[in-house]
Amino acid sequence: MPEVLKASFAVEFPFTRSLGPVQSAFLTGLRERVVLGVRTSDGRTLVPPVEYDPVTAEEIRDLVEVAPTGTVTTWAWNHTPRRDQPLDTPFAWALVRLDGADTALLHALDAPGPDAVHTGMRVRVRWAEERTGAITDIACFEPYDGGPDDGGPDGGGPAGPADHEGLPRGATGEFEDPITGIVARARLDYTYSPGRAQTAYINALADRRNVGERCPSCRKVYVPPRGACPTCGVATSEQVEVGPRGTVTTFCIVNIKAKNLDIEVPYVYAHIALDGADLALHGRIGGIPYDQVRMGLRVEPVWTERARYPDHYRPTGEPDADYDTYKELV
Amino acid sequence: MTRDLPVRDIAVVAFAQTDHRRTSEELSEVEMLMPVLHRVLAQTGLKTADIGFTCSGSSDYLAGRAFSFTLALDGVGAWPPISESHVEMDGAWALYEAWTKLLTGDADTALVYSYGKSSPGPLRDVLTRQLDPYYVAPLWPDSVALAALQAQALVDAGDTDEPALAAVAARSRTDATLNSHAQLRGSVPQGEYVVRPLRTGDCPPIGDGAAAVILAAGERARELCDRPAWIRGIDHRIEAHGLGVRDLTDSPSTRLAAEKAGAFERPVDTAELHAPFTSQEVVLRKALKLDGGVRVNLSGGALAANPVMAAGLIRIGEAAARIHRGESDRALAHATSGPCLQQNLVAVLEGDPR
Ligand SMILES: [Zn+2]
Repeated sequence: MPEVLKASFAVEFPFTRSLGPVQSAFLTGLRERVVLGVRTSDGRTLVPPVEYDPVTAEEIRDLVEVAPTGTVTTWAWNHTPRRDQPLDTPFAWALVRLDGADTALLHALDAPGPDAVHTGMRVRVRWAEERTGAITDIACFEPYDGGPDDGGPDGGGPAGPADHEGLPRGATGEFEDPITGIVARARLDYTYSPGRAQTAYINALADRRNVGERCPSCRKVYVPPRGACPTCGVATSEQVEVGPRGTVTTFCIVNIKAKNLDIEVPYVYAHIALDGADLALHGRIGGIPYDQVRMGLRVEPVWTERARYPDHYRPTGEPDADYDTYKELV
Repeated sequence: MTRDLPVRDIAVVAFAQTDHRRTSEELSEVEMLMPVLHRVLAQTGLKTADIGFTCSGSSDYLAGRAFSFTLALDGVGAWPPISESHVEMDGAWALYEAWTKLLTGDADTALVYSYGKSSPGPLRDVLTRQLDPYYVAPLWPDSVALAALQAQALVDAGDTDEPALAAVAARSRTDATLNSHAQLRGSVPQGEYVVRPLRTGDCPPIGDGAAAVILAAGERARELCDRPAWIRGIDHRIEAHGLGVRDLTDSPSTRLAAEKAGAFERPVDTAELHAPFTSQEVVLRKALKLDGGVRVNLSGGALAANPVMAAGLIRIGEAAARIHRGESDRALAHATSGPCLQQNLVAVLEGDPR
């Protein structure tokens, strides 16, 4: 068996996400170096805050400020940071219960080594220099040798609550120019392999041949082959050369120009049943005015220099195919 | 306590899986899946056209392609149209959907399959995309890092230590020597820290694989299988999204699912736990109140082979296969999804009395 093909590709997406009132306040607060939690009806303070009580499912909106200092509740030493993680030097992942909160926030903890980290250790927020209203506005946590932040000159932010039970001081979620949405960027890199059947198809295309596969059970020829007959649910195996000529089974006229496409509109995109194939593939029709393309039109592929698949299909000049010869493929 | 029992007896009557491997790049998903589908059908003599309902589990993020499951459908003979559904979850949840479909009486047989090729992408990073997109995913905490936080919480609580975790790994991989499908078998060194306190030996192998199960109701199950594995109860529960809200040393959702599935009504003799990390077996044993008398993960479990999206269904399949072979009379199967055992499914399977 020839070696399967492989190609790398990246999936990249900038999801735009709306924030509800609670998440908006929390992330805007981070921009202003204020950490907000949300108070549940039974008096717990959740940081990071959520819009619904995870226990009762009750809607909660009562924002309170907590301190930028806290205690590690559990941690894990990450000696080889991965791409896009908060720090590019070895660090600890940590769940930190901020002073005034009852739940813990996940973030990175910058420490010289695993021996410098333990559950129960005191830490404080290190703010990112540029803050945009995102969880990464907290650059990381860092070791901190003290009690709840007193809001002193090195406190790194406004004062936290005087004590856990007391009324919150400082911000309560009212900010000028609040953040209402975030863009969550992500990129994942893959190595795609199309498998045995499609590798054979693509390799044949390099020789400008169309090779399908025949189902051993129903004898249908699939092109491009995917390795299985969708009717019989069995592997296809016997290779069959199809085309190069074929018949337009159906088509549409494209009137909107796609981004980065240099084909003039309108143009015709068609399903084409190559001679000998029992499945239509699709391609663009050229060499004929768009309004003269019709079902039954006989076409052949047009290859351009070094192309890996036909650029388009053009009329062969043969008489149109009889509807009965392709009606099963429409 | 009493429990409303299912209105209809439904059993797992067949199970098949691939040999799980680090990579199966020479095969497309459907090419990897098809032999498994053929084997599970052959066990019952059914053809795809005989199946009343088909349900599958997989994830687009593993393949990096939208609607990737539609191509795998070619393998089940989806034309002419069949009654079919898909969950973007482990196949154990597809089995749950198929079970409810059979309960309604709409179908008497169901084919459940799931597959995952982890080889095309960076699995640890891919799995971060299932996390809270506002507060957690932007930090890219990978799957091992999150499991390591849970492991450290267990160590701090005195529930385990590194030698005990190493013993879980060693036992699993020794048991896997009898499982020809497993990816890692026999003595495997505990290795270096990946994210401390977890070492390579505490983490599951990354691999590609698929599994399939056939369910049948009532008399149909007896026709198709000498000793059907009757599903006496099945339930799944979820915990709070925020990791910092949860007690990571416990799994109340597993315990509740087990209770609702009837797991505590009588002892089980066998348990197949979907614990991809050694530390998670510690949590699950506690949540499920499993004592030393229960044989846990004789297949080697997810530490020996963890094809993402199939490993949970495999736990149900392995438990059922033991009942089919007469090696178990009452077995518990567990599947998990999400970070730190966020979602948990428990099924209780029984063979007819002998
Ligand atoms: Zn066929």
